[in-house]
Amino acid sequence: MAGETAGSAPTLHLRIVSAERSLVDAQVHEVQIPGAEGYFGVLPGHTPLLATLGAGELWYRVGQVTTYLAVALGFAEVLPDRVTILAQIAERPEEIDTARAEAAKKRAEERMNKPAIDMDSERARIAMMKSLIRLQVAARARTRG
Amino acid sequence: MPSLIDLRRRVRAVKNTQQITKAMKMVAASKLRRAQERIMNARPYAVQMQRVLGGLAARVDPAIHPLLVSRPRTADSKTLVIVVTGDKGLCGSFNTNVIKAGGNYLAESGEKCVLGLVGKKGRDFFGRRGFPIHFDQSGIFQKLQYEDAATIGKLAIEAFTSGEVDRVMLVFNEFRSVISQRVVVDQLLPIGREEVEGGTAGAATAQIDYLYEPSAQEIFNQLLPRYVEVQVYRALLESNAAFFAAQMTAMDTATKNSGEMISSLTLYMNKVRQAAITREIIEVVSGASAL
Repeated sequence: MAGETAGSAPTLHLRIVSAERSLVDAQVHEVQIPGAEGYFGVLPGHTPLLATLGAGELWYRVGQVTTYLAVALGFAEVLPDRVTILAQIAERPEEIDTARAEAAKKRAEERMNKPAIDMDSERARIAMMKSLIRLQVAARARTRG
Repeated sequence: MPSLIDLRRRVRAVKNTQQITKAMKMVAASKLRRAQERIMNARPYAVQMQRVLGGLAARVDPAIHPLLVSRPRTADSKTLVIVVTGDKGLCGSFNTNVIKAGGNYLAESGEKCVLGLVGKKGRDFFGRRGFPIHFDQSGIFQKLQYEDAATIGKLAIEAFTSGEVDRVMLVFNEFRSVISQRVVVDQLLPIGREEVEGGTAGAATAQIDYLYEPSAQEIFNQLLPRYVEVQVYRALLESNAAFFAAQMTAMDTATKNSGEMISSLTLYMNKVRQAAITREIIEVVSGASAL
C-alpha cells in the first residue's frame, strides 16, 4: 500500500460502504465514479463535490493496480483528500453471480418488451441496469484472469 | 411429606425444561453471532451517511426540504411513536423495557400520539390496550431485509409530509454488548440539525461549498428519505441483535437456575429416601425385639 507521501504520488482516502457492509477503506491514487450524469474521475485535490450515483462500474487505482467494482444507486462525496461512496449496491467482480445476473437481465428484457399494464416499467428498467452492470464488471474480472 | 415418586417426577420435569432452555440458549447464541455481524457491518454506512449529511446541513437552509422543517410542540400536535419490539418472548426484560419506554413517552409528551409498531410483542401489548395504531409491521425479524426498513421509513415519511403527524420518534433496544442492551428514544423526523451537525465534517470543510451534481435540491430529495430508511434499518438491526443477546442471557440464567433447582430437589429426594429406609429399619428392629 502506498504511503501518504513517501516520495510517491499524493493519495486519496477512498471509502466505499454499502448498506450491508464496508467494502473499501484505503489510500488510492485515482478513482473513477459512475455519477448519475456520467462518469467522472477524481484525483487528489479535487474540488468538493456531492453527486448521486448511477449504476455503473467504479474503479480505483493504487500504484499500477486497478480494481473494479459494480456500484448502483447512492451518493458520492468528494473532498480534496478523501472520497466517500455510499452505495445501495456495491459488489466486487468475484462476488457477482453471472448466471443470476444473466437471468435477471432476461427477465427485465421480457418485462420491458411486453406492453406494461400492471407492470412496473421503472422497476424493470432499474433491474435491467443493475444486471447489465454486474455482467460488465464480471466480464472485466474474467478477461483479467 | 411428598412421596419419593412425586419428587422423582419433579426432577425429571425440571431436567426436561433445562434441556429446552439450554438448546434455546445455543440457538440464540448462533443467531446472535450473525445478527451482531450484520449490525457491525451496517454501522459504517449509517455513520458515513450521518457525516455527509452533517457536512451538507451546515451549508444549507433547512427550508430547502420538508423533512428538515420542525414544527412546534403543542397540545394539538401529534407524534408518531415507532416502538420496535421482538416477535418472540423468552428474552428477559427486552420487550418489557422497550414497551415501558414507549408508554412513558406517550404519557409524558403531552401531545397526541399514534403508534407505529414493529414486532409481535408490541402489537399484542398496545393492541390489547386499545392505543391508536398507525401501522403495524410484525414478523419481519424472521428474515430481516433492507426492504422492510424502507417500508417503515416510507410510512413514517408519508405520515410526516402529509401533515398527519408533526414528529416521528423511534424507540428501540440498542445493542451495546452481549450482556447489555439500552433502550434508545430517538427523533427520526424532522431530521434535527443538532443531530446531523454532530458529524466530524467540522470547521475544516465547512467553509468550502460543494459542487452539486445534479442540483442540491435533487440530492436532498434522494438523500434525506434514504437517510431516514437507513436510520430505521439500523434500529431494526440493533434491536435484532439485542433481542438474541437478551434471549441468550435469559436462557443462560434459566439453565443455571434449573440446575440449582435440580440439585436442591435431588438433595431433598435423597433425604426423603433415607428417612424412609431408616423408618423401615426401625420397624424391622422393633418388630424383631418384640418377638
